[in-house]
Amino acid sequence: MTDIATMKDFRTIYADTLIELAQEDSRVVVFEADLMSATGTKHFKELFPERSINCGVAEANMVGIASGLSSQGFIPFVNTFGCFATRRAYDQFFLSANYARQNVKLVGLDPGITAAFNGGTHMPFCDIALTRVIPDLVVVEPGDGWAVHHLTKAVYAHQGSVYVRLQRKGNPIFYDANQTFELGKGIIVRDGKDVTLVATGAVMLEQAILASQALEKENISAAVIDMHTIKPLDKELVLSYAKKTNAVVTCENAQMAGGLGSAVSEFLSEQYPTVVRRVGIQDLFGEVGTVEYLMKRFALTAGQIVQEAKDAIKRK
Amino acid sequence: MGRTMNNQELKQLQVIAKHIRRDTIEEIGNLGVGHIGGALSVVDILTLLYFRVMEHIDPKNPRNENRDKLVLSKGHAGPALYAVLAEKGFFPKEWLLTLNKGGTNLPSHCDMNRTPGIDFTTGSLGQGSSAAAGIALADKLKRIEAITYLIIGDGESQEGQIWEMAMFAAQYKLSNLIAFTDYNKLQIDGSTSDIIDLGDIELKWKGFGWFVQRVNGHDFEALEDAVLQAKAQGEKPSMIICDTIKAKGFSLAEGLASSHNMAYSKEVAKQAIEELMAEDGGKEK
Ligand SMILES: Cc1ncc(C[n+]2csc(CCOP(=O)(O)OP(=O)(O)O)c2C)c(N)n1
Repeated sequence: MTDIATMKDFRTIYADTLIELAQEDSRVVVFEADLMSATGTKHFKELFPERSINCGVAEANMVGIASGLSSQGFIPFVNTFGCFATRRAYDQFFLSANYARQNVKLVGLDPGITAAFNGGTHMPFCDIALTRVIPDLVVVEPGDGWAVHHLTKAVYAHQGSVYVRLQRKGNPIFYDANQTFELGKGIIVRDGKDVTLVATGAVMLEQAILASQALEKENISAAVIDMHTIKPLDKELVLSYAKKTNAVVTCENAQMAGGLGSAVSEFLSEQYPTVVRRVGIQDLFGEVGTVEYLMKRFALTAGQIVQEAKDAIKRK
Repeated sequence: MGRTMNNQELKQLQVIAKHIRRDTIEEIGNLGVGHIGGALSVVDILTLLYFRVMEHIDPKNPRNENRDKLVLSKGHAGPALYAVLAEKGFFPKEWLLTLNKGGTNLPSHCDMNRTPGIDFTTGSLGQGSSAAAGIALADKLKRIEAITYLIIGDGESQEGQIWEMAMFAAQYKLSNLIAFTDYNKLQIDGSTSDIIDLGDIELKWKGFGWFVQRVNGHDFEALEDAVLQAKAQGEKPSMIICDTIKAKGFSLAEGLASSHNMAYSKEVAKQAIEELMAEDGGKEK
């Protein structure tokens, strides 16, 4: 595999990783719903024509078919935009894939505001909330190119269904080649003692890192945690940093009701009541625009994180 | 049926459609990327409906209850409908250049709460079809004599919801629902026949209890004739299968699946428009 850090897009890394997995394991099958061009699995199809299944524009049917395949021992990776992956095929994913205890890897592309020009109808803000309430499901959002590669492999190796939020475009890199990734284990990107920024996904991981740098200039020491697995939450890590910093800010490119912010708050309020502030979408529908515009529009910026961090520290 | 349109009327529609194509190419070209293919394939259907067929369409009163309504269920073709609505005077043409920009009233997919003249919000394929049937049912319940027009894509027809709606509309005898399938034979990943084949699409709709016709979707007279027949039969919901060409009128993209969500520069748009405008409208027939 070529150097991950030099690749153009998350989707290319994802698609190449699927090829790697399919070469090793004949049970790996890729499902598309007329968005193969968007996912970038055309090369997969050339190499494994029989294991590339295009269901057309029929997401609910696709998730159902994948569940049937799974019951016969296959490992389906099912790709479509996150809005359709969760909202359109929710009952099929809930029952046929999860209640029936199947092994379906559902990948929702263009999470949150990264749906950009496709606008409000295509903007998955509530996908974390929807998937997080499915018992035993694993919910993942890789934060950089290395994470996409390694977590795709971890998702494959996990026995059971998974929902992956996958940004398609761009390849921000925050780790080096030696970084390891384990499902359910958050990563301490930066240590700190005054406040902990818990982020998920590339957009917000970057903003959290920028925020920690800005806070440093004001002599505030902020830890940054990459919570790439939203469910199961890395409770141990959250608890240890809550104890250490006594102030937490969650950062997600998603509806914060039901999202990472909820997961962290629910856990801490029961186990170790801590001041928690949340950065995320505040009960709003999506809109059309560039990612940069939408970040400002929905207050998903380093500036917002800085403000919430200071506020959290004040309330300690 | 005999001719219902004289040569001058036909010519007029062709000129309007050409202007709508020009504005659509420019609108998307100004942004640099967009769903040009599926927008251009429905321009003639939209032109016929808005400039000849639909009644009580009033830009000053876009929510007039008695109006004919239109649901563009393949909502990604919104930019073509925006060009039509601007031409009709629902909003200034300058709005077209705000397509997809932050804070715009013209998002990539149709939004009834943002854009004057849009009758229903669409973008998640399949959903507009049921909404259209709901609107037609509402008019029936309210004894309003209006027609609801619905435009769906051929790729979109792979959604199960389309066929759930089809059975519903037949059951409720929604003869005031006239649908068009924009049968351009393409979706994103290639041709519909290679992905999930629609098979005998006329037979399918007939089997679902609809009044079915098939026409060239770029032929105004054939389209109008089909609408008149659909209205005249008065018993069943109607499906007009329209053979169309994706990206029709944009020579370098015509008939290509890659025209679906295509990036092109303002320069390319300019050239395409020059070429389009130089064509003789009369030849299009
Ligand atoms: C439920 C849903 N799934 C997927 C998409 C993404 N998508 C947008 S257009 C399109 C292809 C539609 O093909 P068709 O209906 O033939 O449209 P046309 O070729 O006329 O543009 C797809 C898959 C969507 N908008 N909605």
